[in-house]
Formats: sequence, C-alpha cells, structure tokens
Amino acid sequence: MKLNERSLAFYATCDSPADNAGFLYKRGERHTAYHRRWFVLKGNMLFYFEERESREPVGVIVLEGCTVELCDSAEAFAFAIRFGGAKSRTYVLAAESQAAMESWVKSLSRASFDYLRLVVRELEKQLEEMRLGTASGCGGCQGAPSSWKQKPSGLEQSLERLPALPGVLPKENGCAVWNNAPGVEQSPNTCSGGPSGEGNPRPLPLPPRRRASSSEAGSSRAAAGESPSTFCWLHERYGREVAQLRQDWLERQRDHQ
Amino acid sequence: EQKSDRRQSCLLPLVAPAGVHGAALLPTSTPVFFAVLKKRLVKLVVNFLFYFRTDEAEPIGALLLEHCRITKEEENVFSISFIEEPERKYCFECDSEEQCQEWIEALKRASYEFMRRSLIFYRNEIQKITGKDPLEQYGISEEARFQLGTRKQ
Repeated sequence: MKLNERSLAFYATCDSPADNAGFLYKRGERHTAYHRRWFVLKGNMLFYFEERESREPVGVIVLEGCTVELCDSAEAFAFAIRFGGAKSRTYVLAAESQAAMESWVKSLSRASFDYLRLVVRELEKQLEEMRLGTASGCGGCQGAPSSWKQKPSGLEQSLERLPALPGVLPKENGCAVWNNAPGVEQSPNTCSGGPSGEGNPRPLPLPPRRRASSSEAGSSRAAAGESPSTFCWLHERYGREVAQLRQDWLERQRDHQ
Repeated sequence: EQKSDRRQSCLLPLVAPAGVHGAALLPTSTPVFFAVLKKRLVKLVVNFLFYFRTDEAEPIGALLLEHCRITKEEENVFSISFIEEPERKYCFECDSEEQCQEWIEALKRASYEFMRRSLIFYRNEIQKITGKDPLEQYGISEEARFQLGTRKQ
C-alpha cells in the first residue's frame, strides 16, 4: 500500500516537538535479536530511526487500535504493542530502564487519535454545558436596559469568545501558529484584540464611573470580587448599575424642569 | 457566516466520510479542468485519507493528513497539498458543492495537531471559567503535549 512517505518523513523530522523520544530496543520480525533504534513519538505515529541523527525514519508504527502491555521476555524492561487482527504483527520493544519503560508505555497507550478525540469530545461537551448553563441561569440578561449596549466592549468580546473553537482554521493542518497564549487562538478579525496580557484569569475591571458617595460602590466592588468568572452575572450586575445611573439622571432632568 | 463556523464542532463525524470521487495527482499549477480523473473510493480514517479502486477491498494507498493544506479549487473540486511537496497537489472532484465543502471542513479538522490544539483551547477555556484543570480527572494534565505556551512551531 502506498503512503505519502515524504510527508511521513517530514512529519517525523520536522521541528514540531515530539511527544516522546529515546532509544529503545526493537525485536526483529523473524529473528529474535533486538536492535537499538532511535524512537520518536509524534501524535499517533511512532517513528524509528537507525541512528538519532538519521535524516529519515526506517519505519513507522501507526498507533490506532492497539494495546500496549508489559510482556514476559528474557529482555528486561520489555513491552509490546499489539494489534487486533489475524495478520497483525506484535511489536516487542525494550527500554533501558524501569522509568523509561513506564514513560513509554504510558505515552504510547494514550497516543491514539481515538483517545485524543474522546478527551476533546468530553471537554467540548463540558464547555457547551457550561455555556448553556450560564445562559439559562440568567434570564435577566435579556432584559438588560438598552443603555447597556454602550458599555465597554471588553465584556461583550469575552461573551463572544466563550463557545467552541478557534474561529479560523489554519492554512495548513498541523502548521498553524503554535502560540498557545490564551486569546491568540482567535482569528485576527474576531476579538483577539481584547485586554492584553490576558494570560491568567482575572476579575474583570470595575466599570469606569464610580460614584464615591453611592453606597453601591462598596457593594459592587465586593460583589465583583466574589464571582468574576461568570460573565453573565457580571453582565447583569453592570446592567443593574447602569439602569440605576440612568434612573438617577432621568430624575435629575425632571427635577431641573 | 463566521459565527456559525465558530460554533461548529471541531470533531470529525463518528462515521468517517467516504465517497467515490474523481481523483488525480497534478502539478500545482494545472487547473483540474484539464486533468484526467480516476474513479476512487476515498475514506477518511483518523488522520489518514485512504483511497481504493472502487471494486477492491484493500486500499491502494493513504495520505497522512499532517502539515497539509486543503484548498478549494474549481467547482466541486478540492485539493490537498503538502508542505514539503509544494509543486504537486492531490485533487478530488465531488458530486456537489455541498459535498465538496463537507470534505474540506472534515479534512481541515482531520489532523492530530488540530485535535491537540483544540484540546488545549478547550482546556484553557474551561479553566478560565471554573478555575480548575479539566484534564486532571484523566490524569494527563502534566503531559508535555498538552501544555500551554511550551510548544513552538
């Protein structure tokens, strides 16, 4: 079966970081002799090279639908990668120490695309549930006064950013900007221009206008510290404050007439 | 249009898209219009695109979908090209524009690296809301491959 070998070799040797790498002994197919090879795990592919400096891998094992287990072998620190199916081969490998063996078994058994997809689905579901939970939990949001709309756009931007995914797919699979600073995942034309330095979750800033005499000032400062991470809560909180300010202003206008 | 893209699931459908398409490997500059396309059954399985002759059970070959670019070509046509081989492209003709778009979306999300980035993104989003690392329950929060900011391209 043909494979785009150049692409495979490129993936094996390109700069993207490996998920594990090191020397392992690999038992030959027909003979039981072990050969020392340089192994590189990237994604769901286990590449092996003749030497660490080799420019191209000698072979690759695709880690889908396999089990990784310790095995009885004369060789110490041995483990096996087994595939189902009658024609499938079992790969027997041996590490150079207990720690190395454990590290490899762990990383290989979690390397499959299927495993990763399971975890991602689960996180996606969690995030979706949080988003829905937040939305249904504050029906008051919908009734926020129209003057709310003039509020600083930072909050609205954050609300926009809550759901699913990086907004724009990279031009090349696996080759997008690997800058994982939060907030950089969005495309340039969405709201990544939000508050800079947003490396850590921090409470949103208090609204700019503070009425020193108002008793609300103290309480809102305290309240904002309580639960800053619920955008909808803050949204409603600021909305109430704005409604109050607007009310005050209207009353003052009436008084002046 | 952007909004709906953002809300689309990142994940491949559970049933891998498969279909019979005209396929050809062409020089990058050649319009597909001029190519002779061979009928191939094409099947997406994790980050590989397998292709078969329509009457055979064993695939002729497979394309690893990492570090590749999916491009919309002419009507009903998309192509896959690889970074290290920019002078050639693999072209596929679909039955309809809609099918073509579905394939493009599926293939763009098919790489392991895309899945990894999505995981890191979701992890970060959840952590921002809850203050807790959602990967802890899986015992994989310490894995180097999922760390923020430690990887560079």
